[in-house]
Amino acid sequence: MFDWIRPRDLNQLGMLSMNKRNIDYIARYNDRRAYPLVDNKLKTKLVVEEYEVASPKLLQVVSEQHQIGRFRERVANLDGFAIKPAKGSGGKGILVITGREGDSFIKPSGSKVSLEEIERHLSNILAGLYSLGGSPDVAVIEDLVRCDPRLARYSHEGVPDIRIVVFKGYPVMAMLRLATHASDGKANLHQGAVGVGLNLANGQALNAVQFDRPLEQHPDNGLNLADIRIDNWHYLLNMASRCYEATGLGYMGVDLVVDEQYGPLLLELNARPGLAIQIANGQGLLPRLKAVEALKRAHLTPEERVHWAMVQAGAENIPAPQRTTPVLEPAFQAC
Amino acid sequence: MTQHSKTPFYLATLLLIAAGLLLAVLRHVQMGVPWLPGEQQPVWLVEARIDFQAWGDPVSVNLNIPDQPPGFYTLTEQAASPGYGYAITEHQGNRRAEWSIREASGPQTLYFKTRLIPDQYASEPLLAPGPVKPAEVFLEEPDATAAQALLEQAKARSSDASSLTRELIALLNSSTPDQNTRLLLGNAAPATTLYQLLNFAGIPARIADGLQLEDARRQQSLQPWLQIYDGDRWLTFNPRTGTQGVPADVLLWRQAVGSLLDVTGGSNSVVRFSMLRQTVPALQIVRAEANERAFGALSLYQLPVEQQGMFRMLLLLPFGALVVCLMRILVGIKTSGTFMPVLIAVAFVQTSLLPGLAAFISVVTLGLLMRGYLSSLNLLLVSRISALIILVLFITAGISIIGYQMGFSTGMTVTFFPMVILAWTIERMSILWEEEGAHEVLIQGAGSLTVAVLAYLVMRAPLAEHISFNFPELHLVVLGIILLLGQYTGYKLTELRRFAPMKRYQ
Repeated sequence: MFDWIRPRDLNQLGMLSMNKRNIDYIARYNDRRAYPLVDNKLKTKLVVEEYEVASPKLLQVVSEQHQIGRFRERVANLDGFAIKPAKGSGGKGILVITGREGDSFIKPSGSKVSLEEIERHLSNILAGLYSLGGSPDVAVIEDLVRCDPRLARYSHEGVPDIRIVVFKGYPVMAMLRLATHASDGKANLHQGAVGVGLNLANGQALNAVQFDRPLEQHPDNGLNLADIRIDNWHYLLNMASRCYEATGLGYMGVDLVVDEQYGPLLLELNARPGLAIQIANGQGLLPRLKAVEALKRAHLTPEERVHWAMVQAGAENIPAPQRTTPVLEPAFQAC
Repeated sequence: MTQHSKTPFYLATLLLIAAGLLLAVLRHVQMGVPWLPGEQQPVWLVEARIDFQAWGDPVSVNLNIPDQPPGFYTLTEQAASPGYGYAITEHQGNRRAEWSIREASGPQTLYFKTRLIPDQYASEPLLAPGPVKPAEVFLEEPDATAAQALLEQAKARSSDASSLTRELIALLNSSTPDQNTRLLLGNAAPATTLYQLLNFAGIPARIADGLQLEDARRQQSLQPWLQIYDGDRWLTFNPRTGTQGVPADVLLWRQAVGSLLDVTGGSNSVVRFSMLRQTVPALQIVRAEANERAFGALSLYQLPVEQQGMFRMLLLLPFGALVVCLMRILVGIKTSGTFMPVLIAVAFVQTSLLPGLAAFISVVTLGLLMRGYLSSLNLLLVSRISALIILVLFITAGISIIGYQMGFSTGMTVTFFPMVILAWTIERMSILWEEEGAHEVLIQGAGSLTVAVLAYLVMRAPLAEHISFNFPELHLVVLGIILLLGQYTGYKLTELRRFAPMKRYQ
């Protein structure tokens, strides 16, 4: 119960504290003007699209109370969808429907929801129940993400997602979040989801924690978490890195999922990513953040940044991207 | 984002803190506002009693009264004199209390009372405009020759007016006086002789009347003190010892030229003094003085009493905010709503702690139960909160009435809680319950209450109450500390526990 760690030890591990994150990283590198971009899922979706970052297909936007009636007609031919408050945070207010049974809808946990309940949920979202500061909101209805079964089997009742912390466009740390029974199908660490630290070099699992305590097997399905290895890792990191160009946020969390049909998709961006990723990785963020800050000349393209980050993490035999160097031509040719 | 140098920020913050401290010290020194609550300060109550025999004619009595005596500050002055008209007049730096009556006969007694506080920073009395000239003194022979000789003797051993005065006093008080001295002292008292000698030598001099202050003395009379003018102010000497300056326990009752007491229409007049040393709360004195001193304009005592009471409460808020900052930034306690704990603490101040806690917990619990029903009604957020506010009102009314019927008047105090804040607290807790479970509600609820109780204890401390109201500038220091806390990038106390699993990666 009374288990403490000395501040000096934390310093040695390079653990980023909440105060330091807020002052030295979020306040310094995140332009306030970019916040609405990430705090509003609808805007995020639209802006990252231009940077070739895919996200789940947008089905409908409910922005007024009277549009809820139309929702009823629209869902008639839908099997699976997710309702999200555009300005929600921390996974609040997200309702996922995986299928239908007669008139009722089925949640990932198997429980049923009636159409009336969904409509009430929509009206709650519009009133701003889940938005930051309670401001009026819009509901975004997206296509259901059907997770790649190779990854989905590790998760209980929910879609596992991959959180990558991107600092000035460089991926610095990553983890896989697996829903558990305790987390009620949500991939939220403080609600009891399992966090699996991922090696930046190859997407291989490092170690896993639940409720900040280490574990080896998934608490619900008993699968060995150390076996996890994310496919297409290089591509995922590139996707995360491109979000930097899209938003201009220096310090952010990129949440990705792997769809069995569409491949990696962006779920959301987070301008205030949590600190638990450090425990899942068993490493502090600070050394990596400082390494990026110490770079004299930043890399210009996402490919170069990802290559640098993977090499820093110890990756070998990865194809080097073409270094883009601006061609310097003499302005005047000596005659 | 651009990165500014932190040095100007730290400088400005330190400046802020220094300014706050400096102003507070200044206020303490200038106005005597005590640092600690309940500090006592001595006050001298001096009473002059005038007795005389009236002849049955119109009587007019006037008494010289202290005018900014050095080392003292006059708090109050009053006269007790049955049947007499009374006024204070001032003429050429000569303050006098005047009594008058159409007809009086037989023994008469008049009182003049003044309350003085020792004040080493008391301002000097303003001098009458124009140069101060020595009084004209004519000495007849052989006194003139003796005085001349004595002055020669003293001048030879001195350099300026004050050293000459000391020298003269020493000569006159010498245990083996020479013949010149004996001649001069044969005609007059030493103080008068000194007055004559000095004015004769061209140094403006006068005799002041001083009162030796001793606790609970009666029937005291005034003693002469010698004052000389050195070019810009009057210097006081003890004509018996030659020491310069007014001792702390001597009150110069009369400094101006002119008689101490004039009585017309009576005879056998005598004035006697009695005195008493009292102690009163130092703050009471400050309040009485505040109107007159320059620095007083910057204090809150000027405001009407009602507003003062309000400020007393408002000025405690920064301390509450400081507690919240400490708890959230350094300790890392989770609270529901950033400053909700401060508002709850303010309510606690009015209800007192235990009844307040009981009322708060019961209102929130009942509210949570009702909110459970509201959430199933599928209402829009605004109307749900509004409904909740009305429900909270009902709950508080119910608690008050039931409490009153059962004989607990403390139940009534529940009305001090801000209704809207309570409604929002219930709403937030309820959402927290639905989304994160009862565990999180308990953690945040307990965190909020802990911070609220701490803030209450700080705000309730007599010292905090005293400091915040009497030294409002110290809030600059609080502001500075809060600004500095905003720069703290170290670990929170709770993080030391949260990150404890990292031990195995060392």
